[in-house]
Amino acid sequence: MNLPSVTIIDYGVGNLLSIQRAFEHLGATVQVSSDPKVILKSKRIVLPGVGAFPNAIKALRKLNLIPAIHEAASNRKSILGLCLGMQLLFDESNEFETSSGLGLIPGKVIPIPATDSFTNPRKVPHIGWNSLAPSENHKSWQGTLLSRNKPGESVYFLHSYMVLPTNQHHRLAETSYGGDKVVAAVAKDNIIGFQFHPEKSGTVGLRILDTFIREAK
Amino acid sequence: MSNLRLIARLDIKGSNLIKGVQLEGLRVMGDPNEFALRYYHQGADELIFMDIVASLYGRNNLSKIIKKVTNNIFIPITVGGGIRSIDDATEILRSGADKVAINTAAVLNPNLISNISQKFGNQCVVLSIEAKKINQNSWQVYTHSGRERTDLNVVDWAVQGVSKGAGEILVTSVDREGTRKGFDVELVKAISSVVRVPIIASGGMGKPEDLLTVVQDGGADAIAMADILHYKHSDINTIRNFAEQVGLGVRHHESPISHNH
Repeated sequence: MNLPSVTIIDYGVGNLLSIQRAFEHLGATVQVSSDPKVILKSKRIVLPGVGAFPNAIKALRKLNLIPAIHEAASNRKSILGLCLGMQLLFDESNEFETSSGLGLIPGKVIPIPATDSFTNPRKVPHIGWNSLAPSENHKSWQGTLLSRNKPGESVYFLHSYMVLPTNQHHRLAETSYGGDKVVAAVAKDNIIGFQFHPEKSGTVGLRILDTFIREAK
Repeated sequence: MSNLRLIARLDIKGSNLIKGVQLEGLRVMGDPNEFALRYYHQGADELIFMDIVASLYGRNNLSKIIKKVTNNIFIPITVGGGIRSIDDATEILRSGADKVAINTAAVLNPNLISNISQKFGNQCVVLSIEAKKINQNSWQVYTHSGRERTDLNVVDWAVQGVSKGAGEILVTSVDREGTRKGFDVELVKAISSVVRVPIIASGGMGKPEDLLTVVQDGGADAIAMADILHYKHSDINTIRNFAEQVGLGVRHHESPISHNH
């Protein structure tokens, strides 16, 4: 049997090694590349990201990776954005300055509010293990990358910004932070994003990545 | 607000895990990789690696250790010790770390905090503060693993660090470190009452019960443990169960058994 393969996009800012190690641990062959041609040939593409939104989008542009990501998306390749990589899938962010994103999922990226709806202060960044819950529109995770995971399982979050999808149906899973819902996972056809770090979420996270390499077409 | 994080802290000298008392009298404990793996299996929520002599010798050799550790450990890792530039931070993050902790270099150049934070986001920058008590409710910042005294007041420095872009504070009580006498709760409280970023309390944990006051009264979001784990006075599972019994939220840990392919 062929080993499942994954291409991780290297645009200079992400923590690629941990993601690579996680996929290798699961038996995948991993290619790390910043070559648009390599990315276009890949079946499964991971867009990682640790860093600030404007820097990341500039780096993708400079390496001429944005057209390749768009083409891969319209060719129905599986694209998985992780953390900042998920935020980049959206239309725009106002981290430091307003910058446009990849526009693969409608919506925007905003700072996690520093107070909750009762004006109680909330600590930002959101750092730590928090549990996943199905969103209003996805009562069941069947047929998604979370199909082998159960509501209530904890994954690791490390972020100061969060996404607001325009279409509520694109919210796949949520978590609760300081009394408010924060989008934890998004899905729009072949485009998937996780706000948390599956590669740093122990057994629970590895199971999600395993589903990605086994199920994602 | 979030689940309490139980963090194993591994202080490194050269290629060894070491442990001292009040950051002095260092004793070699063994291979950091073996200890890290043990804590991963016990259900540690995070690991912190500190090269505690890096700033003394102006070197930084943790990236090799981190690259090895991340082969089979899939939880968040913070690395500190000897990070003096964006390039140092970049190398550490590309070796598999999720956050960088800076102390000495940030004191010498506070703009380093904003520079790293602008490139990698504030969630990536941990301001590590070594604090010594000078009198009732006043603590002074130390650098170079508790050897060099600065003029900075701990609380002022914490506020400044956060305004520069630190997303988390690791506060180590030099007085309590390695003593098993419990955390300096007042120190943690003094910081948590003025900044709105998560606080990791470090130094002094001698028994599971010690975590209660530092979380409830001190406002710690996470506790870093070394001595208690290295010398097997307790283990993370026991500590997690204790936290749960006293009503503190902790994550439910799923043991990392080998994965079915």
